[in-house]
Amino acid sequence: MEIPRHWRLKKQRYALVGEVCPHCEAKIFPPRDVCPHCSGEAKTPYQFSGQGEVYSYTVMNDAPAGFEENTPYTVAVVKLAEGPMVTAQLTDLGAEPVKIGMPVEMVTRRIRSDGNDRGMIVYGYKFRPVMQ
Amino acid sequence: MTEVVIAGIGMTPVGEHWDLSLRTLAARAILSAEKDAGGLKPQALYIGNFLGSMVSHQANLGALITDNSGLGGIESFTIEAAEASGAAALHMAYLAVSSGFVDTAMALGVEKVTDMTDGVEKILATGLDFDYEGFEGVTPAAQAALLMQRYIYQYGVGHAAFNWLPLLAHTNAVHNPNAMYRKALKPEVLQSAPPVVDPLTLYDIAPYADGAAAVILTRSGLLPKKPVQKPVRLLGSSVITDALALYDRPDPLRFEAARRSVEQACRQAGILPGDVDLFEVDDFTSIYAVLALEAAGFALPGEGTQLSERGHVPLLTMGGSKARGCPVGASGLYQVCEAVTQLRGQAGALQVPGARLAMTQSLGGPASTAVTHILKV
Ligand SMILES: [Zn+2]
Repeated sequence: MEIPRHWRLKKQRYALVGEVCPHCEAKIFPPRDVCPHCSGEAKTPYQFSGQGEVYSYTVMNDAPAGFEENTPYTVAVVKLAEGPMVTAQLTDLGAEPVKIGMPVEMVTRRIRSDGNDRGMIVYGYKFRPVMQ
Repeated sequence: MTEVVIAGIGMTPVGEHWDLSLRTLAARAILSAEKDAGGLKPQALYIGNFLGSMVSHQANLGALITDNSGLGGIESFTIEAAEASGAAALHMAYLAVSSGFVDTAMALGVEKVTDMTDGVEKILATGLDFDYEGFEGVTPAAQAALLMQRYIYQYGVGHAAFNWLPLLAHTNAVHNPNAMYRKALKPEVLQSAPPVVDPLTLYDIAPYADGAAAVILTRSGLLPKKPVQKPVRLLGSSVITDALALYDRPDPLRFEAARRSVEQACRQAGILPGDVDLFEVDDFTSIYAVLALEAAGFALPGEGTQLSERGHVPLLTMGGSKARGCPVGASGLYQVCEAVTQLRGQAGALQVPGARLAMTQSLGGPASTAVTHILKV
């Protein structure tokens, strides 16, 4: 069980809270200690819209430990509307195949259970196709 | 400045060594390198290892391995840079010898993956950004798949354009006595292989295996008048890092650390990448080899797969990670030992004629760490 780790990361995982750099105004996700664009300290929270598009994706048929119950699952790098990219699973995929460039939006979902028996369930962001 | 030379090398065969422990694999490579160097012993041992503390529940390898290999009491500790650990250990040995701090140093790469029958993929994923990649269920193979999918989309090439790399690796490994797979592949087998992590097929991913490789360094002035082996000079050694997470890079299809590491190592050696007679490129996955070839300047971005038709510098001359097998953190030192074998003219059926200058490059993750070495006889 890694409760402190999951607790520490909950803002970014539940609500896609990143940062805006007070020096150069770059939008940053996930939060960092130093702005990658201007090297200033970045500490101002910023709520991302959760809108984005698929930059790339793959399907995991053979999952690492902790993810077996989800297989097969689709993992993507999503380019957020505000600029940064994020790695996340895709969910609610219908019959439509995943495509690079496909618009997606963030939802909060169960990611995995932490540990086998006592089974703490860990939630976080996933992205689903935007209904058009 | 006195030159740093490689006085001896040692390797175990790569494979599933169920009967050999981490320490015994290490000892075999160490003793074999000492023997190759005419009995020369190191004053310091730098150990490249990624998985020992997780797969074998063993840390503090410096004390364990020196004691078990007859080197008890010398300076020794582990260097970790994921899959590039072994190459990074060589960089440490290079610094120790070139600075004059010691006269002889050894770099050892050792990896024991078969102490666990499952769960290794999750452990390998510790080389990713765990909070934001590993947590989402991404593995090293998934990262490569994400890059290959994007590459295929962005540059409009088919998956088949990558097949020449595993084909070349398997063809060469036939004649490498240390290789895990010594059977050539038929092109048809590659074309009909199903994706395992879409679009990667089984043939795009190097197989994890056990192995150990070691290199002894000294300074040219300290070599005996008649060295046992033809000394190989180490002219360049560069370690460069990039953003750990793929999503944090301005253009994930550019292996920026790989590019800068080649540039720095070549500048140290006073050569250009195009001067080398062979390049042991990292083929942990086919897409990484293509991106590394582009980063080194052998092809423009998006044109790396075309090198098979255009002709290229000899690559993966002993089978690469794909067919020699991938002893994870030790693979970077296998590359170096293989390049030394070529430069000494001891590669037998795999000999690159007239090879005098070689480059090796080992990547930790998708070039999150890139380690490049330049060797010359
Ligand atoms: Zn900034």
